[in-house]
Amino acid sequence: MTEVGRPRKRKEDARLLTGRTQWTDNLRQPGMLHVAFLRSPMAHARITRVDVSGARGLPGVVAAFGGQDLAGEQGSLPCAWPVTEDVIIPDHPPMAVSEVRYVGEAVACVVATDRYLAADALEAIEVDYEPLPAVIDLAEALAEGSPKVHEEGNKAYSMKITTGDIDAAFQDAPVVIDRTYVQQRLIGAAMEPRAVVATTDGDSFTLWSSTQIPHVLRVMLALTTGIPEHKLRVIAPDVGGGFGTKLQVTAEEVLCLLLTRRLGKPIKWNESRSEGNLTVHQGRGQIQHIRLAAEADGRIRGLQVDLLADMGAYLVLLTPGIPLLGATMFNAIYKMDAYEFGCTGVFTTKMPTDAYRGAGRPEATFGIERIMDELAAELNVDPLEVRRRNWIKHEEFPYTTISGLTYDSGNYEAATEKALSLFGYDKLRAEQSDRRDRGDPVQLGIGVSTFTEMCGLAPSKLLGAARFAAGGWEHGSVRMLPTGKVEVITGTSPHGQGHVTAWSQIVADALGVPFEDVAVVHGDTAISHKGLDTYGSRSLVVGGVAVLQACEKVREKARRLAAHALECSPEDLDFAEGAFTVRGTDSRRTIQELAFAAFTAHDLPDGVEPSLDSDATFDPDNYSFPHGTHLCAAEVDTETGLVKIRSYVAVDDIGKVVNPMIVEGQVHGGIAQGIAQALFEEAVYDAEGNLLTSTLADYLVPSAADLPDFTTDRTETPATSNPLGAKGVGEAGTIASTPAVVNAIVDALRPYGVQDITMPCTPERIWRAVEGARP
Amino acid sequence: MIPAQFGYTRPGSLAEACQELAADEEAKVLAGGQSLLPLLRMRLAYPTKLVDVGRLPELAGVHDRGDHVFIGAMATHDEVLRSGVVNADCPLVALATATVADPAVRHRGTFGGSLAHADPAGDVPAVVLALDGVLVARSADGERDIPAAEFFVDYLESSLRQGEILVGVKIPKLGAGWGFHYEKFQRTAQAWAIVGVAAAVRRSNGAIQESRIALTNMAPTPVRAHATETALAGMDLGGEVRQACAEAAADTSPPGDLHAQPDYRRHLARVLTHRAVRKAAGSV
Repeated sequence: MTEVGRPRKRKEDARLLTGRTQWTDNLRQPGMLHVAFLRSPMAHARITRVDVSGARGLPGVVAAFGGQDLAGEQGSLPCAWPVTEDVIIPDHPPMAVSEVRYVGEAVACVVATDRYLAADALEAIEVDYEPLPAVIDLAEALAEGSPKVHEEGNKAYSMKITTGDIDAAFQDAPVVIDRTYVQQRLIGAAMEPRAVVATTDGDSFTLWSSTQIPHVLRVMLALTTGIPEHKLRVIAPDVGGGFGTKLQVTAEEVLCLLLTRRLGKPIKWNESRSEGNLTVHQGRGQIQHIRLAAEADGRIRGLQVDLLADMGAYLVLLTPGIPLLGATMFNAIYKMDAYEFGCTGVFTTKMPTDAYRGAGRPEATFGIERIMDELAAELNVDPLEVRRRNWIKHEEFPYTTISGLTYDSGNYEAATEKALSLFGYDKLRAEQSDRRDRGDPVQLGIGVSTFTEMCGLAPSKLLGAARFAAGGWEHGSVRMLPTGKVEVITGTSPHGQGHVTAWSQIVADALGVPFEDVAVVHGDTAISHKGLDTYGSRSLVVGGVAVLQACEKVREKARRLAAHALECSPEDLDFAEGAFTVRGTDSRRTIQELAFAAFTAHDLPDGVEPSLDSDATFDPDNYSFPHGTHLCAAEVDTETGLVKIRSYVAVDDIGKVVNPMIVEGQVHGGIAQGIAQALFEEAVYDAEGNLLTSTLADYLVPSAADLPDFTTDRTETPATSNPLGAKGVGEAGTIASTPAVVNAIVDALRPYGVQDITMPCTPERIWRAVEGARP
Repeated sequence: MIPAQFGYTRPGSLAEACQELAADEEAKVLAGGQSLLPLLRMRLAYPTKLVDVGRLPELAGVHDRGDHVFIGAMATHDEVLRSGVVNADCPLVALATATVADPAVRHRGTFGGSLAHADPAGDVPAVVLALDGVLVARSADGERDIPAAEFFVDYLESSLRQGEILVGVKIPKLGAGWGFHYEKFQRTAQAWAIVGVAAAVRRSNGAIQESRIALTNMAPTPVRAHATETALAGMDLGGEVRQACAEAAADTSPPGDLHAQPDYRRHLARVLTHRAVRKAAGSV
């Protein structure tokens, strides 16, 4: 039995579950100092005075600085995605110097001998602010005469892409649906808050951070701080969740490095939960104006999307590019003649937005899957039937979509059929109709989401064409140790995904070694010397493939060693179960024996270097395109507005599966996070720019008690763009589930004339919608 | 978040604890810490000293006292909801306590702490009010009984005086013929109640003879729905119960916050009171 495909329990878990972890906050360095940041209570203000002298004399305080003290050396936080030629990328000092632009922006800091004393001393710092008007609403921000977030204006960029004749598509169209949807801002709320430790030996620097991107971070920190790249080592030790929020170069990382450079001592920072709610970049934040033109039978003629995307106060690492990850995804699995995508990035006096699980793709999927339901309602056709009439048929793959992507494979029919049978669709429709007839105060709704996404970020040349500053390749290194064990170094940076286990399964199959004999090392730029880290469901599809390709190189080298030892030609050797056998004989060498021979190097064939190891770097030709059909049945109590998800079926096609148990976990967590957007979570700012959801009592992250059982299954249509045939699963559940849930709620309330509920669909919003519709 | 510096003392006797509190106006009683510690950590409270009453024997346990159950102030929610006498003789207390936050909080948080904190969004205050509980407070001057109706004064404010410590609460046993329900409406399982309704209903010959209804989070204090109680007296469980329950929001002044505006809370109070009364009546 192959290892790939087995539901292996994760190698990581015994250690994680028994607390033998190394979170950044567990690190202790001799002489380590602690920094605490004073944060702006104002959304927008001129800083007229910062006086840290009161803090300097307090017990335990070693140093205190305002932004002005660091202005000469702190640089500007980087944005790596200048999406258009004229995008405005404002200067972004890690510590505000003359103006603050969101609540929570750091304005001063205290370095002390312990964390508590540092926090106490913050209260002795005096800052004078001259208030400036907050800029909150996206449309108002663009209106003439709006107060400005930056002198250059509130429009960061604007772009439009049109394919096909969009005017013709809409002209005389039998059906035009016009809707505006709001993607609320979300807070990632990773289990482990951010933490940083920076040290120096006077010449070189080491930075530990709870980050998803040690490699990218090293490059960006070198560019930002001027510390030469070869003098900077970045380590991501155990990292407890990220969801995109740790795909960032943060002010705190830069400031810890600067403080350690200035003070010559190790510096630690660990954020509190409420500090994180304020200052971890947020996700989503879009107003989507969508128009869809269709024939009378529901076939789509054209789709027009116009986004206002909330950038927040600055452009951080990927801010302007996130909505554009949806640019090629609004057309989703559907065929159409014309498509137009427009997006305007808007500055506001709020925390910057950036990647959050799905990043641009959930927003797009929500928009199209919601409006497909509206089209179905308009035509009085079953929502799945409308989709069927428009989706790309199995026999049409590979298929180049209206937005220019080539979907290599897919089978929407098979996933949908499987989902329907697991769900009991017809029976639920019958119950729905019965409840409607009876006027039951608890109505039943059925929500459909037939999604796809582009994963496996990414072909470097496509990223280049999109003006992204880096490539999308990944690196893997595989070395057989003298005793026959295997050490794998990966450029991916897992923070909960289980790469150690999955990579071990791939290597065990490729080299014929026991699963237990494989170790996987990651997350340290001094050891894993190149890589592009973990985000966008890329790790297996790009990084896992790199490891597989490194294994193949190792195997080919081993074949030469075996041929030499067995005195035959390499072509005469069969490789199976970790050994090369001379075909038709029982002469064999195990790969472990060959590893030892390569180590001693006493008798190597000409031109073969000692040591049995190899590196590979994989750059895919295309994205991968997971897809699936999710169905949700929701009961809506029209008297209270409460939603109860009664059943949820997810059939995902993520191609070849390495570890079904890890996949199951990813799908469950993903669905939970998508449901969270639909029902529970929103970062709420008031008109003055104060974050009203700075604690988890106000920002409602659901727990298992708030979620239904999930029925999950798969179809398997392998990707053709990589040799594993895998497509990626990190974001699928999140992308699919949000529209499935909202579609179910709106479906339940359709008889009341309800066409939309703004997310999160709180009981109060639902109650008001129902009340508003009552005669 | 990190609290500002504070002193800490754990007196060995109730008398000593009363003295500590009487001597320092800025001292605070520390019970289970589930409300106080977040306030400290968010620097919304700066007490000079915490007087930890967690190990005082007078405040411990749940006791059967014949015509009433005495719940010691330091009994945890978990102890209360597992108590045999509570389940047998004051089941409404167990029903509501089971909805408090999550198991971790219920193992730390105390029944008395929840009452003394006087948060109208807490589940326990409304229940004690509905059941006409009597709170027992001790100070250097001695012990006094405070009826629940006089205990809750305002938002996070009780009638406990400087130097007074809540020892426990007497919950009268209601006897046969009563049914109970606590209807809690919340957005997530661990969240505070948006609105809660504690209902005790006595039925005989098919009609509601008597009811006691108190509301969670509908005013700065827990409040009794007296108008509904009066309207329900003698009523059959037929059609007019809903109208009687529509009076539930009459004397309320609910807060408006992220989770609900006042008009929605009033609406919920009416709907949930109806549900609570029906369930309580049906559970006889």
